[in-house]
Amino acid sequence: MSKTLAIYLMAGAETPALAEAAVAGGADIIEVGFPFSDPLADGPVIRAAAEKALAAGMRTAACLECVAATRALVGDTPLIPMTYASLLEAYGWARFETDARAAGATSFIIADTAAGSRPELRRVQLVAPTSTDARIALAASETDGWLYLVTLTGTTGARTELSDALAGLAARTRALTDVPLYAGFGISTPEQARAAADLTDGIVVGSRAVQVAEDGPAALRSYVASLRAALDA
Amino acid sequence: MTTMETYGPYGGRYVPETLIPALDELTAAWAEALADPDYLAEVEHLGRTYTGRPSPITLAPRFAPGKRLYLKREDLNHTGAHKINNALGQVVLARRLGKKRIIAETGAGQHGVATATACARFGLECVVFMGSEDMRRQAPNVERMYLMGATVVPVEFGTKTLKEATSEAIRDWITNVETTHYVIGSCVGPAPYPEIVRELQAVIGREARGQLLEAEGALPEVVIACIGGGSNAIGMFAGFIDDPGVRLIGVEAAGAASLGRGRTGVLHGSRSSILADSDGQIADAHSISAGLDYPGVGPEHAYLRDTRRAEYLPCTDEQALEAFQRLSKMEGIIPALESSHALAVVEEIDAEYIAVCLSGRGDKDLAEVLAALGMAS
Repeated sequence: MSKTLAIYLMAGAETPALAEAAVAGGADIIEVGFPFSDPLADGPVIRAAAEKALAAGMRTAACLECVAATRALVGDTPLIPMTYASLLEAYGWARFETDARAAGATSFIIADTAAGSRPELRRVQLVAPTSTDARIALAASETDGWLYLVTLTGTTGARTELSDALAGLAARTRALTDVPLYAGFGISTPEQARAAADLTDGIVVGSRAVQVAEDGPAALRSYVASLRAALDA
Repeated sequence: MTTMETYGPYGGRYVPETLIPALDELTAAWAEALADPDYLAEVEHLGRTYTGRPSPITLAPRFAPGKRLYLKREDLNHTGAHKINNALGQVVLARRLGKKRIIAETGAGQHGVATATACARFGLECVVFMGSEDMRRQAPNVERMYLMGATVVPVEFGTKTLKEATSEAIRDWITNVETTHYVIGSCVGPAPYPEIVRELQAVIGREARGQLLEAEGALPEVVIACIGGGSNAIGMFAGFIDDPGVRLIGVEAAGAASLGRGRTGVLHGSRSSILADSDGQIADAHSISAGLDYPGVGPEHAYLRDTRRAEYLPCTDEQALEAFQRLSKMEGIIPALESSHALAVVEEIDAEYIAVCLSGRGDKDLAEVLAALGMAS
């Protein structure tokens, strides 16, 4: 079965065109980062992208408009806002869900709200190498469609090697649930993409995609196509 | 299960999944430690033989004529502030957890110094995250940390103050959680930290209550403490919270009044009252006092505000500077700029018998104060 490729982009004026290019390059899911001033789970690349997006005025309402504009260009490709609890506290958790879905969001990722917390918002849950089996089971029971496997203990950002913690995490999670497992954090090269996908059902690429996106839709399309080719090889 | 909004609607654990198991482990270890006479005895012994506890209370008649103002002298603790109470207690806890590496954030540098001190005492590796702006403002404390063998990591982005230092400490903890204990410096952060810090600082209030009863034969009308994250205040309040006749007053920096002007939000792992805009983006705080220059506050303070058990007042930089100079001149005690905020409101409080937590001493603030007063040499 074909492996799933999810691409993370920070919300911004160029995001709809970038998302369209990513899908043309072979992305199956687009995550849209709603920037937060204090992103605890993010490394320097996404933190800097968030600062830039906020400076450009990408507040919650503008991010929702960005999702709607993206939806118009990517057909039925799943669109997943990824953000932090502070934005939902300010906007209202239920109102956020309603308005984001109306704009075309498929699900949600809240990086600082783990399984067991705020169950009223059904969302994609994350599990990490430090997660106990009990927590993996809880996350699997609460998750929306697939589980996000955090490959390493750390923040987002490219690494030179794929984390050796992924194999164990994937095996433990696979034994506990049948939901699809997509691995993210620290995956940036086609080789890493292939190696991670061998252990899971798909991958998520964030920081590197955000960097390549700075060079425009054509560059992003070509980069995503290189990941796609590695996954399909 | 993972969220414990412990204080009414406030508290909880808003952190990435990677940290949740460590918080579960910490919760269990803390419960075991509290039930273990050996842990409590070790913390008490360190307090007595290393910190210099109990800290005295001092009547301040020239600073507050016509009142009976007592100062709870946390400034006389080893390392010069209340922060050592928490740092020692948490480092002893970290040793029980088998963690060999300690990290901390610091604003004024007092918590960084206290943590570096505790780590030197027990031979543990210590890494302190500090905003580069605060490293400039509090240079003597940076030197102290170096001298005691700690590594100080400058945080160069964002506000370059306590908010970013805390975010970077949490990112380090996410990365090194299996080997590292994070000694958070205030009653903030994800559960169980607010509770741990309150319990370790509650020694301030316990001692003060007994000392004040002995001195006056009665409890004070009002207890006052300054609030950044709120740890000296929550510790001082803890001694009087069950005495309904005692008014509890927290004093915030006017430019960092998370309780007075904040909204419910999430910062650094817990839901509390924070300075944020209508989109939930965290606002920049401002205070001349690096220890109060923080847009969040401990969740229990938000709860005490809502339930009206405690009141929270603002104090400007100018008022704090005035109190700083006045206590120095009238009582021969140089207070920390943080504590000066608590002192500044004494005059306006309609009560005669008042206790203020003098949370730290002001040596570290001399350069900043002289510059602010245009007296730099």
